[in-house]
Amino acid sequence: MKKLLVSTAVSAAMMLSATAANAADYVIDTKGGHASVNFKIKHLGYSWLYGRFNTFDGTFSYDAKNPDASKIMVNIDTTSLDSNHAERDKHLHGKDFLNVDKYPKATFKSTSIKFDEDGEEADVTGEFTLHGVTKTITFEIDKVGEGKDPWGGYRVGFEGETSLKLTDYGIDYNLGPASTHVDIILSIEGVRK
Amino acid sequence: MFKNTPSSYGLVAIILHWLMALTIFGLFGLGLYMVELTYYDSWYKGSLDLHKSIGITLVAVFLFRILWRALSTQPKPLGESKGMNQLAHTAHIAMYIILAVIVVAGYLISTADGRPIEVFTLFNVSALDFAFDDQADIAGKVHYYGACTLIGFAVLHALGALKHHFIDKDKTLIRMIKPLKDD
Repeated sequence: MKKLLVSTAVSAAMMLSATAANAADYVIDTKGGHASVNFKIKHLGYSWLYGRFNTFDGTFSYDAKNPDASKIMVNIDTTSLDSNHAERDKHLHGKDFLNVDKYPKATFKSTSIKFDEDGEEADVTGEFTLHGVTKTITFEIDKVGEGKDPWGGYRVGFEGETSLKLTDYGIDYNLGPASTHVDIILSIEGVRK
Repeated sequence: MFKNTPSSYGLVAIILHWLMALTIFGLFGLGLYMVELTYYDSWYKGSLDLHKSIGITLVAVFLFRILWRALSTQPKPLGESKGMNQLAHTAHIAMYIILAVIVVAGYLISTADGRPIEVFTLFNVSALDFAFDDQADIAGKVHYYGACTLIGFAVLHALGALKHHFIDKDKTLIRMIKPLKDD
């Protein structure tokens, strides 16, 4: 019995150290401002309107040697929506759209990440919560680059884009037939912890 | 005729009173209506522009009214209860203050990101050189709840006037409609 316990403890310790060696943990560099959550939506079908969420945070784990073990989570403060027009932002914060008093957070948590063979692109699947509605979404990301920074740290960056149907998330304000979807563009740089 | 006397309001005060009453109720209705318009309604933008333009004009009339009131004789209240007269006076002052809060808040919504307010496409009222976090959202709430409060006060104010007319049978309401000749 004692022997079994020891061997269990040893194998557990080995698994722990194996995990630590394989997956490095990164914090998304919102502090240094090397990450953004942008969105774009067509205005009347005539132009693209860009905006962003100024306040968010997140972490991910990633190792180039075992990329499919990667994980990411992002928390977005919906009150920080900024489309460079205060009156419009007020409308978007309100009940017609994000209802930020009731739903101040949007979150994404990955459930699986599958990289292609050269490790440059991946399909990320996870739970996205917006406006109180949680949906499983899959979107593609590109690895932008990885390496040491000039100040003693280590960084890796990704960018991904996905299109969300507003009514899927209970946002049914009619912006016209060309504006039923919003594209979310996540561009992040992580600093290794 | 034009100026107040110790027993009667003058024509200027009477016109200012009704002009502002009409404008405030009109802006309240327009405000509630315009936020419900859909994006493809042809008046979606126009209603908001009109609301702002009338609002800024109201501020000018409001400032003139305060000035006129400060320089005028105030007719004595006709009610017999000192307590009620004091209460009515306090309510009047409160309405002035609430209106001031509403127009300042309205201004702060529209100028939150430094954009000016265009008045009847004739001229612009500039934004102030400061801003605070969530300015448009916070000012928006103050503007809305302030307006609801003011309308509540106005309804009480009207009920008070009707009480004077039908129950007390004095000239409180009549002298707000036309200048009275001194007895």
